[in-house]
Amino acid sequence: MTERKEPSARAAAPRLARTLAVTSGKGGVGKTLVSANLAASLARRGQRVLVLDADLGLANLDVVLNLHSKVTLHDVFNGKAELESAILSAPGGFSVLLAGSGLVEYSRLTNDVREQLLGIVEKLKPHFDFILLDTGAGISDVVLFAVSLASEVLVVATPEPTSLTDAYATIKVLATQQDRRLIKLVVNQIARAGEGRAIRGQLQQVIDRYVLPALPTGASLKLELLGEVLSDPAVREAVLKRQLIVEAMPGCPAAVAIGALAARLLA
Amino acid sequence: MSLKVPTDALELQTALQLLAQAGRDLPAGVEPGSAQWMQALIDNLCDLSSRDALTGLANRRQFEVTLSREVDRVARSGEPALVLMADIDNFKIVNDNHGHPAGDQVIKSVAATLLECVRPMDTVARFGGEEFMIILPNCPPAFGHVVAERIRAQIERQPVAVAPGHDVSATISIGGAFAPPWVRSSPLIWVERADRQLYRAKTAGRNRVCLEHAEVYQVSAEEKSMLFGLHSSQEIE
Repeated sequence: MTERKEPSARAAAPRLARTLAVTSGKGGVGKTLVSANLAASLARRGQRVLVLDADLGLANLDVVLNLHSKVTLHDVFNGKAELESAILSAPGGFSVLLAGSGLVEYSRLTNDVREQLLGIVEKLKPHFDFILLDTGAGISDVVLFAVSLASEVLVVATPEPTSLTDAYATIKVLATQQDRRLIKLVVNQIARAGEGRAIRGQLQQVIDRYVLPALPTGASLKLELLGEVLSDPAVREAVLKRQLIVEAMPGCPAAVAIGALAARLLA
Repeated sequence: MSLKVPTDALELQTALQLLAQAGRDLPAGVEPGSAQWMQALIDNLCDLSSRDALTGLANRRQFEVTLSREVDRVARSGEPALVLMADIDNFKIVNDNHGHPAGDQVIKSVAATLLECVRPMDTVARFGGEEFMIILPNCPPAFGHVVAERIRAQIERQPVAVAPGHDVSATISIGGAFAPPWVRSSPLIWVERADRQLYRAKTAGRNRVCLEHAEVYQVSAEEKSMLFGLHSSQEIE
């Protein structure tokens, strides 16, 4: 009886987008590149995707995608424009919402900005299958707040020691401050296949040893390797031309790897 | 114009009444209406508007101003700072069993004890109801634990006379969070973090202190060496 009712109840409620924050700890590890190409790969698989510049005006999303916007989130907050008019179509078949400069003065987060961002994400959820939040670098309160808007977190790291340290610090803070119990990991710019898997294993060991004791008893923190992306000269080429690698050179190893990330997210 | 004058006079009258009610006298021998008199009036009003009427502690408005100044200071100086959130345990029971005047008595007594336990540079504020906030600038983690525990113990030790010959004992739970020294935080998030620790203290049985691990934001040398054990072992493989 209840089983028969379920489909109709499900149909009545609008499907809400999955929200995924993309963050890194350290800057310059390819976080925005992964966000943009992942969005395009998801779009190719028939998903309605929105990438939100959650760096609040400091993101490079517009640079990576060669986008210009007259209307930004800043205008929406000020009541100068409708939310719909701020959403842009990006080359990879997905949508982008740019924050615009001046949204957060001196990167300070006010209650007002928080409420508005929360409201906007909620408002957009019924219209998309995926909302990717491209956050800033570092572990500032703006980044932590942007991550808190999403139900899933993806940390992008490279094998570089500084990147690993910052990724680890980010994971630690997210586990203890936001009660995250599952964090996805993409290891970018690896030199050989399998390096990402080894790094995940190493991070997991340090987490189990040093982070678990700080969590409530019985809690766990699982780091899931979403994928690894080989260091690829094609990436540099595409970035210089301000193109998406999955669009411009879909056959290159990095593009294939990012396509695999999308497939895994949907699996 | 003719309408405005009586309104102004009325507001001045209200202000004077407010000050009189709060037991604040303007300096004697000063000509009413003079610049000096007006200054004293404004100073008194400002002070009044930043204090909690029942306890005389900083009120929530003043707390928020002080906290956001502390956030700025920490971001510039990198000094450790701690925010404590304290809540009287089972306060509703005191109110239910002994009445609201007794509840007020407990709040006043706890407020006074909190003030005694901290340095003059610290800010103790009544946040609302039976909830208090304490801002401790320049407070290293080790000191933070000691002071929070001292406050908790002192409140537990201090009986409150709610009626002649009738004492009740009160306890508080305390949650605290350090300002992350390398980041410009926001007052809101800082308070939320302390609140989360207070919740932990409450669920762990009350009358206790829970501080967020200050180490959460740092990666120790041990953690680093374990992280990078990877590269050496991998090369060998």
